Amino acid sequence: MKVIVPVKRVPDTAGEKVIDESTNTMDRDAGETVLCPVNEFAIEEAVKLKESTGAEVTVLLIGPEEAQSTIRKALSYGLDGAIQVTDEAITGSDAIGTARILAAALADVEFDLVIFGNQSTDARTSLVPAAVAELLDLPSLTYARFLEIDGDAITVHREHEEGWDVVESTLPAVVSVVEAINEPRYPNFKGIMAAKSKPLDVKSLADLGVEPDQVGMGDASATMYEFTSRPPKAAGTIVEDDGSGAAASDLADWMEEQKFI
Amino acid sequence: MSDILVLIDHSEGTPRKVSLQMLTAARRIAADTGDTVAAVWLGEDADDAEEVLGANGAQTLYWWDDEDADAYVTLPKVEALEALLDEHDVGAILFASSNHTKDVAARLAIRRDGGVITDVTDLAVEDGTIVATKEVFGGATITKSRVADGKLALFGVSANAFPVEATDGDAPDVVEFDVDLSEAAQAATVVSVEKQGSADRPDIGEAAIVVAGGRGLGNEDGFELMEELADVLGAGVGASRAATDAGWYPHRYQIGQTGRTISPLLYLGSGISGAIQHRAGMQTSQNIVAINKDAEAPIFQIADFGVVGDLYDVVPALVEELRDRAD
Repeated sequence: MKVIVPVKRVPDTAGEKVIDESTNTMDRDAGETVLCPVNEFAIEEAVKLKESTGAEVTVLLIGPEEAQSTIRKALSYGLDGAIQVTDEAITGSDAIGTARILAAALADVEFDLVIFGNQSTDARTSLVPAAVAELLDLPSLTYARFLEIDGDAITVHREHEEGWDVVESTLPAVVSVVEAINEPRYPNFKGIMAAKSKPLDVKSLADLGVEPDQVGMGDASATMYEFTSRPPKAAGTIVEDDGSGAAASDLADWMEEQKFI
Repeated sequence: MSDILVLIDHSEGTPRKVSLQMLTAARRIAADTGDTVAAVWLGEDADDAEEVLGANGAQTLYWWDDEDADAYVTLPKVEALEALLDEHDVGAILFASSNHTKDVAARLAIRRDGGVITDVTDLAVEDGTIVATKEVFGGATITKSRVADGKLALFGVSANAFPVEATDGDAPDVVEFDVDLSEAAQAATVVSVEKQGSADRPDIGEAAIVVAGGRGLGNEDGFELMEELADVLGAGVGASRAATDAGWYPHRYQIGQTGRTISPLLYLGSGISGAIQHRAGMQTSQNIVAINKDAEAPIFQIADFGVVGDLYDVVPALVEELRDRAD
């Protein structure tokens, strides 16, 4: 079985995030970048399939040369190889444009299963997995909190607000996973060392047959045109409890004033 | 005149609160553009909801009365909206910015050359175009976006972004329609639906008040206290990642960068220090209350009201206090 895990390089949530005023897009070089934490659940699930079925797992990343550290990080969990799509025309692609590039890269290789994280920690739209599935004409079994493969049958528990749906389909399929699905392991020293020598296939948009005007800023289907920083919050009221719970009465007063009770 | 379609999110014949909030949003747009507010109900039992949809501003109700709407994954809803796009002039589609519905929007956008803006907190009409406000980077930045000209505009509306506003509207004109599902739409089957948690307790994405517990609870029994407080307030219960990772509460209720993003009117966190990863999921709450032993916990920097103290002293006292005041 062949599994592809698309991963993303995102700004560290703890770091500063800056919008480039000349392009109205996120300045991706402004702060520390990391492998998106949600991708770790997708990678762990792929590693489990590797252990149980001998699956071959390939990482897929869109991004500039600097993003190769993110690819090596992903590979260090014990994956087999990577595809990187890099092209200047990609800059400023929105979720739909990103999905077009990923779908073109996936159409260019063989796979049985694509495992996404259910959202990236920066844009958090959750649109990409389903859009990729649509472009490839495949089922989108997203928000998986459980996933099981039996031959070419796949069962997924799709999490929602009230619980989950049990859904079934056949491979190939596109899934996205939520963090409830597993507990990611840390890469070990062997994996970190091996990651340096895993094959990396770098492709341009032309290699994938994607026209530059189908992606990037020029073709963004939705554009952000104005942004403001949230004004700093006024300092709140802080009370200290003396161990008797008496402060609860102050809190209840405040809640009453604010009409919450 | 076009339709502003509102894809009604519903459960057991009842529209969720966010659906009524979206009708408010659609009505405000329509007041500017002269469009019609049209609710879209996919699946059975719309007849139970006609009145409430009309009372909240739906002038038309497009209804696909077929259990197939929920029998397969995502695509029946996509193809139902396509059927409406084929028959009617549509100005925009509003949908609940929740997990499964975002997939409907994403697939429809690919099929029908759409642009999608998710997690919208406000909508307005400027120079004849609908503009969407959203908050990014954990609420630190507020942006305005619009869908490119000529593309189908799809807006995912956040819960609690708009009020529920009853009008004195009549029952909507009900227009039933059929959908001829493609083979692809039937490729992934919904075998069963597992419901978890209390039916009486609101979901944290939709609740006006959310009570959240973290590492400071010390054990899973602490969540019984959180639920007790929540039930006094009619609140939902959420958790920090430390608490869900420890297995004290289901992951589904995790608030933070890898979990849910919530914007309730009131967030009340106990035993949560407020690390940036947690704040990314709750910073846009309108009011924040924190109860924590550690006076230096970062959550106090964003709290409107903070109690420095042992939550096991303060929360039981608060529950008592709230019960007394309710009597």
